[in-house]
Amino acid sequence: MDYFLTEEQKTIRELARRIAEEKVLPVRAELDEKEEFPWEIVKELAAADMFRVFIPEEYDGLGGGCLDLCLVTEELSRVCCGVATTYAVNALGCLTLIEYGTEEQKKKYLPDIASGKRLAAFAITEPTAGSDSSNIKTTADKVDGGYLLNGTKQFITNGGEAEIYTIIALTDKTRGARGASAIIVEKGTEGFTFGKKEKKMGIRASITSELVFHNCLVPEENLIGKPGLGFIQAMRLFDKSRPGIGAEAVGLCQGALEAATDYAAQRIQFDHPIITEPVVQQMLADMSINTEAARALVYAAARYVDSGAKDVTEYSAAAKVFASDAAMKITVDAVQVCGGSGYMRDYPVEKMMRDAKILQIYEGTNQILRNAIAMNLRKRKART
Amino acid sequence: MNIVVCIKQVPGTTEVKIDPETNTLIRQGIENIINPFDTYAIEEAVRLKEKHGGKVTVLTMGPPQADAALKEAVSVGADEVILLSDRAFAGADTWATANTLAKAIQKIGAFDLIITGRQTIDGDTGQVGPEMSEMLNIPFIAYVSQIEEIKEGYLRVSRMIEEGHEVLETTLPAIITVAKEINIPRLPSLRGMMKSKSAAVTTWSIKELGVNDKEVGLAGSSTQVVKIFFPQRVSQAEVLTGEPAEQVEKLIGKLKEAKLI
Ligand SMILES: Cc1cc2nc3c(=O)[nH]c(=O)nc-3n(C[C@H](O)[C@H](O)[C@H](O)COP(=O)(O)OP(=O)(O)OC[C@H]3O[C@@H](n4cnc5c(N)ncnc54)[C@H](O)[C@@H]3O)c2cc1C
Ligand SMILES: Cc1cc2nc3c(=O)[nH]c(=O)nc-3n(C[C@H](O)[C@H](O)[C@H](O)COP(=O)(O)OP(=O)(O)OC[C@H]3O[C@@H](n4cnc5c(N)ncnc54)[C@H](O)[C@@H]3O)c2cc1C
Repeated sequence: MDYFLTEEQKTIRELARRIAEEKVLPVRAELDEKEEFPWEIVKELAAADMFRVFIPEEYDGLGGGCLDLCLVTEELSRVCCGVATTYAVNALGCLTLIEYGTEEQKKKYLPDIASGKRLAAFAITEPTAGSDSSNIKTTADKVDGGYLLNGTKQFITNGGEAEIYTIIALTDKTRGARGASAIIVEKGTEGFTFGKKEKKMGIRASITSELVFHNCLVPEENLIGKPGLGFIQAMRLFDKSRPGIGAEAVGLCQGALEAATDYAAQRIQFDHPIITEPVVQQMLADMSINTEAARALVYAAARYVDSGAKDVTEYSAAAKVFASDAAMKITVDAVQVCGGSGYMRDYPVEKMMRDAKILQIYEGTNQILRNAIAMNLRKRKART
Repeated sequence: MNIVVCIKQVPGTTEVKIDPETNTLIRQGIENIINPFDTYAIEEAVRLKEKHGGKVTVLTMGPPQADAALKEAVSVGADEVILLSDRAFAGADTWATANTLAKAIQKIGAFDLIITGRQTIDGDTGQVGPEMSEMLNIPFIAYVSQIEEIKEGYLRVSRMIEEGHEVLETTLPAIITVAKEINIPRLPSLRGMMKSKSAAVTTWSIKELGVNDKEVGLAGSSTQVVKIFFPQRVSQAEVLTGEPAEQVEKLIGKLKEAKLI
């Protein structure tokens, strides 16, 4: 379908697809098997200017928005959702800075992120703060010379490999979530180390680590925006980043649909290709319908975010939930269509099915996002 | 370091189909690409520029649609691109092609190095580079697999020969053809692709080149394609029967008969 992308967006999509097919496809099984961080691919993405896409032009970026980011993410995810996660989370790690950072902060960090020289990450989750992300315990006490960080962040994507971290920590622990602030911490800062590297079901090319802060002193100028606004900044960030998770899901849907269709067309049983079986056809048709519906909703939400609208929460959550549920169902069905072969690691749908699950969990579980959507419905009803 | 790279646009397939009626190539439905060997020439030129500064000018002779190949060259780092296009250039053999390119290079003026691919995947002669070196009267080195050192007026390269590698020095300006071992051509960048969309392609015809229409194209070609055909595949297999020892004896007899042993 034609989504009336601009020439620039078509170019972005075309090149992202080329990188995915020429550079990611040949190594995706190996990256998955070895749980290896894809540095070679990160370098390719950097050389191709992919990290510039979402950075403003003043800081060596291409000045694109949420939709542009979604296009790259989708194409990468069509081939490998792990690589797509690495890419999308890099944007997550610097969007708060783009939105609320000072001129000096942006000048200091964004050009290096744009060129791909340094990767970024974002950390809110803690052992006590998952779905209840307001229940964070990591503290950032104001001391002479800056903020002193103490605490542990868990399940942080790009943790250990990224150089620039946006950390949500309590600058005022008496005020709970209202005492949270966003602070930039650079890798290599004394007192900042990496704990457990998680072993995952899927997206194994993406790295997920623990961040440990022990009397880690960061300069005062690393605070993003005003103290106490960290939690709100994080919620606004997710409003803008969730279509990107939707885009990962759309890429997976597309990849699984293509793999299943190819297999069904060449697999002969009872003397004919299984794609001639009405039951298989119905499954493929449903996969196709849901892929396109997910894509349409994700693009629409991304465009709404790019329009600068304020009330995006519901729509970006809807895009993430719908697309990730579609990806889960479609990848399960793709394995079914591919039968025993589909269950084997030699075929890509097995990995796709494992990869899909995370999309229903991170950046807000689908239950939590349904809660948020329902809350908006109730609020609207109460107002009328 | 000013470098001129010659590239040719070719059909994106090695299975060239020939129309048996007209004896010409069937180009319909086949996407045109930059001759794969020439992508290594572009990449090497861009790398040299990135290291030593200067300018990369990419040159092609071809029909108007060959500007797509030039724009692609811009997306991977070419600074200037020139298309030599004129009805009079059509039907050129390798001499006329080299002559036209050489005239264009003289018109470009100051250059240190000319890089071409080792051969094309359609014409396949590998003659254009060496011919240009004769016409421009500059040194020529083929099959370069590594540029070891390059500086003002001096070049040292390693090149592939049957027995291994050979290291050669030459003065500059010179012309080299590169082997695919020399580098891995990069993918374009987004900035490059966006730049290429609006890149200005300079087009020179006979007039701008100031050449005589007798020395280019079909008129300037002393060779002409009379006929293109696939070699007849004649397979005359003969099956020898009997006990193994008997078969060996028969085989030796046959080979002797054919004066092969
Ligand atoms: C691979 C991976 C990468 C991640 N990357 C990052 C990152 O880069 N940065 C970061 O900050 N975080 C990251 N996370 C954390 C992620 O966002 C959380 O895991 C997620 O928000 C869920 O939190 P939890 O794991 O604590 O689950 P829990 O909150 O413990 O939830 C468990 C279950 O209970 C349900 N549940 C809980 N509360 C409710 C409720 N009120 N109503 C209905 N159902 C409820 C949930 O939906 C879920 O099904 C990552 C996680 C993973 C697994
Ligand atoms: C089917 C067919 C039959 C032919 N028959 C004959 C024939 O009988 N006699 C004859 O003399 N020629 C013949 N040609 C050659 C044709 O004229 C050549 O395509 C042309 O002269 C270039 O030679 P080449 O393709 O062999 O290039 P090569 O000499 O193999 O190319 C070497 C390098 O020179 C450069 N180069 C080549 N062509 C160009 C160009 N147009 N613009 C810029 N750079 C270029 C490239 O860097 C290339 O890698 C034939 C071509 C074809 C396709």
